[in-house]
Amino acid sequence: MNAIAQPVAAPSTRDARDARNDKLFRWVLVGTVIFVLIALACAALSMLWGGRHALQMQGLSFFFSADWNPVENKFGALAPIYGTLVTSAIALLIGVPVSFGIALFLTEMCPVWLKRPLGTAVELLAAIPSIIYGMWGLFVFAPLFAEYVQPLLTKILGGVPLIGALFQGAPNGIGVLSAGIILSVMIIPFIASVMRDVFEIVPAVLKESAYGVGCTTWEVVWNIVLPYTRVGVIGGIMLGLGRALGETMAVTFVIGNAYRIQPSLYSAGNSIASALANEFNEAADPVHSAALIELGLVLFLLTFIVLACSRLLLLKLSRGEGRKT
Amino acid sequence: MMASQATPAMSRRYRRRLFVNGWNLAASLATMGFGMVFLLWILAVLFAKGFASLSPTLFTTITPPPGSSGGLANAIYGSVVIVAVATFISTPIGILAGIYLAEFGKRSPIAMLTRFINDILLSAPSIVIGLFVYTIYVAKVQHFSGWAGSFALGLIAIPVVVRTTENMLLLVPNSLREAAIALGAPMWKVILMVTLRAVRGGVITGILLAVARISGETAPLLFTALNNQFFTADMSQPMANLPVVIFQFAMSPFEEWQQLAWAGALLITLSVLVLNILARTVFRQAKVR
Repeated sequence: MNAIAQPVAAPSTRDARDARNDKLFRWVLVGTVIFVLIALACAALSMLWGGRHALQMQGLSFFFSADWNPVENKFGALAPIYGTLVTSAIALLIGVPVSFGIALFLTEMCPVWLKRPLGTAVELLAAIPSIIYGMWGLFVFAPLFAEYVQPLLTKILGGVPLIGALFQGAPNGIGVLSAGIILSVMIIPFIASVMRDVFEIVPAVLKESAYGVGCTTWEVVWNIVLPYTRVGVIGGIMLGLGRALGETMAVTFVIGNAYRIQPSLYSAGNSIASALANEFNEAADPVHSAALIELGLVLFLLTFIVLACSRLLLLKLSRGEGRKT
Repeated sequence: MMASQATPAMSRRYRRRLFVNGWNLAASLATMGFGMVFLLWILAVLFAKGFASLSPTLFTTITPPPGSSGGLANAIYGSVVIVAVATFISTPIGILAGIYLAEFGKRSPIAMLTRFINDILLSAPSIVIGLFVYTIYVAKVQHFSGWAGSFALGLIAIPVVVRTTENMLLLVPNSLREAAIALGAPMWKVILMVTLRAVRGGVITGILLAVARISGETAPLLFTALNNQFFTADMSQPMANLPVVIFQFAMSPFEEWQQLAWAGALLITLSVLVLNILARTVFRQAKVR
């Protein structure tokens, strides 16, 4: 191309201009990528920086004390950490089987013409803003839950040894259990859509062979599809867990905001995110806000680890897919 | 259908398998119903409670002090402006970074790292982003502001735009790029005028989804834009916005405030759902040939 362009003067300057523009374009792109990278990395580091006051003052007891009292300058993060983990655990306990059912329905049972609308409907569940879940949870779900579901649960499960204590207490609708249930509804669309996507990459030949030797739909899903996509399914669950850990507004509305660790799931509690949402703007004392920022750091690290695992698992699956086919 | 052909010993086992199959598939159907029930329940509640408090004054008067009537004009205005600025910040950055990942970065270390961090930030808790903007901006200038809100929302939108742009560009067949390069077009023209244009619909979908995502975000705005009882067009002041107003009003004991919160909730959800449905239908990416 250069050989043709060289004799004529004009195109060669155009070539030069093009080359210069290309270089410029490329630098702009590299610049934005580096900006994105730095911005995101800073998000992590800034919290480490901001939380150092609290860590200096409290040391490691910050993580092992359940005593949170801003008036006396005592900040123990155990109660919100406990609340975060318990609500997320409840959410996964309910959300994972339901998401699996939804993914199974969408990939194996659903008529083709319904797949898109139903898939979209599930995704809309994820589009509803968190604060709407919160309002609905507080004003609509909690009263009904307290009146009908909680007494029933106490009656059925309250007497069972070991887990009985979880379902004792005054049924007032708000508390750790309600927060967990609402969280489960919020993470279902994320887990379900990952599961659906990975179920769909299972080679048709594999499934057809299983059907060919006489397997039922359930046996195909349980013995062929699930083992084949195991890594991706776990990745999806981790993604849901990452969501549940950091969910803020919905939890803030229904968890009850009390720095307590109690055996009953009916009692009010607190999660890291809800503590931040409630107190951050009222924290006048620098130690108080540093403690809250450190809580934010804990949350960030927790979700970062969970989401990083999820990412790596899903990457592993997509790489494996390339090799197998 | 095969049961009749099976031996009697087999048939019992076979019936058991059929039973397990039927039972589990029914359970799967039930879980689908479970999801749909919640979706419809939430929407029904929103419409029932929200429509009752929708009125023209909602859009013309500002948020009232407790005990008197008013509207949400300042909050609606604030939300629109904050989200618009956030979109203007995040769209070019997101698209450019997405182009780099898809067209230049490929499997280079910097691209792999960016992709990894980006995907994590895609689902990282938004409250953490709010805290980040608070520590680097609000804490430095010592007051909450609309700009800070826009920066926070922009940071949340960037990963969404990056991911969809990259995914969409990867759909473009290489023959299209090669054809453009063979005509002597420089790379930047190939990318901006051929490949990016081929997936225009998909990229717009990504932007719409990002806008839908940030317009409902509450947590990061609590630490950045906060709230303002009065109308302000000054982005360097604390600014009223729908999510934070809804949060404050819904948690308040005042009947009028709670009514307004429901109306605001309906407005937000409607716009988010409309954006989502628009993104998935009108701007759905046509297959690139």
